[in-house]
Amino acid sequence: MSINDNIFVVIMASAIFYGTPLVFASLGEVLAERSGVLNLGVEGMMLLGAVAAAWVSTNVGGPAFVVLPLAILAAMVAAALGAAIHAFLTITLRVNQIISGLALTIFAGAAGLSSYLAGIWHLGQSPVAHQFLRLDVFGLADAPVVGPILFHQTLLTYISWIFVLGASFYLFKTRMGLHLRAVGESPQTADSVGIPVVRYRYAHVIIGGSFAGIAGACFSLMIVPTWVDGMTAGQGWIALALVIFGFWRPDLMLVGAYLFGALSSLSLTLQARGFHISTAFLAALPYVMTIVVLVIASNASSRRQLGAPAALGKPYEREER
Amino acid sequence: MEAATAPAVAAFHVTKKFPGVIANEDVTFDVRVGEVHALLGENGAGKTTLSNILTGLYRPDSGWIEVLGQKAEFHSPRDAIAAGIGMVHQHFRLIPTFSVAENIALGSAHNPVAGRFDMSAIEERIVALSESFDLPVDPRAKIWQLSVGEQQRVEIIKVLYRDARVLIMDEPTAVLTPVESEVLATTLQSMARNGRSVVFISHKLGEVASIADRVTVLRHGRSIETVTENDVTALASLMVGRDVESVKRSTESTTQSLAASTPVVLEIDDLRAVGDRGLTALDGVSLNVRAGEIVGVAGVAGNGQRELVEILAGLRRSVSGSIRVDGESLENGSTRHPIRLGVSYVPQDRMGTGLAPDLTIAENMALKKYRRPPVARPPFIRQSVIDAEARELMERFDVRAPSETTPTRRLSGGNVQKVLLAREMSGDPKVLVIASPTQGLDVGAVATVHQLLLDAAESGVGILLVSEDLDEVLALSHRIAVMYEGRVLDVVERSDADVQRIGLLMGGEMEESA
Repeated sequence: MSINDNIFVVIMASAIFYGTPLVFASLGEVLAERSGVLNLGVEGMMLLGAVAAAWVSTNVGGPAFVVLPLAILAAMVAAALGAAIHAFLTITLRVNQIISGLALTIFAGAAGLSSYLAGIWHLGQSPVAHQFLRLDVFGLADAPVVGPILFHQTLLTYISWIFVLGASFYLFKTRMGLHLRAVGESPQTADSVGIPVVRYRYAHVIIGGSFAGIAGACFSLMIVPTWVDGMTAGQGWIALALVIFGFWRPDLMLVGAYLFGALSSLSLTLQARGFHISTAFLAALPYVMTIVVLVIASNASSRRQLGAPAALGKPYEREER
Repeated sequence: MEAATAPAVAAFHVTKKFPGVIANEDVTFDVRVGEVHALLGENGAGKTTLSNILTGLYRPDSGWIEVLGQKAEFHSPRDAIAAGIGMVHQHFRLIPTFSVAENIALGSAHNPVAGRFDMSAIEERIVALSESFDLPVDPRAKIWQLSVGEQQRVEIIKVLYRDARVLIMDEPTAVLTPVESEVLATTLQSMARNGRSVVFISHKLGEVASIADRVTVLRHGRSIETVTENDVTALASLMVGRDVESVKRSTESTTQSLAASTPVVLEIDDLRAVGDRGLTALDGVSLNVRAGEIVGVAGVAGNGQRELVEILAGLRRSVSGSIRVDGESLENGSTRHPIRLGVSYVPQDRMGTGLAPDLTIAENMALKKYRRPPVARPPFIRQSVIDAEARELMERFDVRAPSETTPTRRLSGGNVQKVLLAREMSGDPKVLVIASPTQGLDVGAVATVHQLLLDAAESGVGILLVSEDLDEVLALSHRIAVMYEGRVLDVVERSDADVQRIGLLMGGEMEESA
């Protein structure tokens, strides 16, 4: 038995595999939240992305290197449209962000629009035609320990790493990132120095939504890989908790995503190894963690200490008095 | 500095309406290059609205703005900044978690168009500006680490950083100690001498008279007159529109110290507490209030006053120390116990903590007595009693509103305060704790509130008056306690009070010689 069959290596490798959609979804959410808009529609947007990606992969002809990018693009657009609704409701009409986000998830999510579309498109009866396969990067897939963990993942995982680096650089090293954080901390201040608050909020909610679309595509093109009704199974909510868990910082969120990924894969891995722990208990672990994180973070004062954007959840109206 | 050139900025016939209010009506005034121009007016006279129009935050309904003789149209603050107009808002537009340099660079054109920003170049420019205008500040410090005075300097540099020729300052001294205010005045005047223009918004007559070259008086949203007047009384009557009898002077007779035999109704002993950030907020506060006495707590905001007041009202727990009300010990962190012991509380945040804005005047007035008869007749409450009592209180406290069923959110600031006072005074309290009682009120309402407080003291209530307005503290108090960094630095009799010394104490300066 090689070292790569060691249970810790297996768990770490699958943690990264299962954590990948969480990385995309939480990155998207952090962009929206850094602009001051809470979007609880992540789950719904992910399912929109998943169904769009599944349709393209099943119905568009051509080689994988053409179809898969198209599928990702379709997932991004579908989820971004959902995010645009949320943006219009919360930024322009100043609807309560929590209500609007929940509505988006109910509207687009399981037993909603995504299920309807999958139904009329007859998805889910067979695996998708093209999926993201594990790569053998630099021929190191079998290298001891690091091989399966780092060099035997799908392209989506490697793209997610680039996204994390990009988002960190964008948020903390660029002018636009500084402006974005200012909009989320104090829209009044940002407005008074000429930063277009509304444009920043729209842009980041919509782009953040498109990230949730990629996260959805991770399920239908990589993890499952076919369409299953409600296939994201609450991972959108975990992504929301991750943003808090990672103090609104992409690098820490990546760590958190893999921690949750490990918890998600635990039941499968341990079951395969014949451990006698209730699978129901193991499967529930990530959600229990989510509840714990959200309870800790729901206290407003602890939110401030954790580094939440000060204006998160608050609509902005310039001529208010 | 003769006005040979066109005005640096001017407004012509500017009108701005909000739903139900005309904030500005036909306002015309001009600011010359190189002058300090004051906009003087009471609260609600339209000063802030006007400055928000000048900086592109609001758009006028009619009328126009000219910059250096050219008609200018501002669609957003960006346009105003481009035209060389910068503003320091009363409530600073700074982001506490950002550094000084980040705040200053925010949105400024002195950065690359996109991509990375060069922090060291930004910091260099800030240091250069801060040296040439004598505004010392550390570009790397985080805003939350700075004092209010320092934050204001950051705001001023932020405006200078954008090459503004016109600097609008909205109530800049409201948050400063007297010493800091003097330094600010010097800075503004030297900026004007360097060819920039300063618009100085204030309702404080004294500082307007001493700082400004010219004064434009606003009243009820209209520009009344632009004068070179520096006589305080003349300015006062222009501002109010009638001759003002100084209400405050008449109170001096009542502020003689009370006999030592008068019973103590509030006894605070070695009170310690932590603030929201977990830092020490009260560091051993001891203070007594006698029956019928007004004890003023002076100090710059954030030195523990809020925590002290909240502990007395039971809204915050103390760490150690004791509070006795008329001899009885106050339970820590209970809001009902202080009410039972006769502690009344009028918070600074009247609409947030003091009243429920969507409830009616009558309901708000009943908030502290619905548990007892005659309002209570368990398990019901008697609306007719509530309404009748409210009508009576509105009469007694001169609350002006259409009826007792008007929601309190529709009331003006002065009437809100009167509703609160009516509720708090109606239960025969022994102690009244009141924070910033006249903040944001106009002159007429200030006089009424002051009179109500004096009447309350006359009737034997011990009053703890916390206020940042030193004039108010001096006018009403028998004794004055100065708080600084969670401690009472000194308690002085009104008759011995020396304004200069209190001002220094507020800034934490103890006398060298003991």
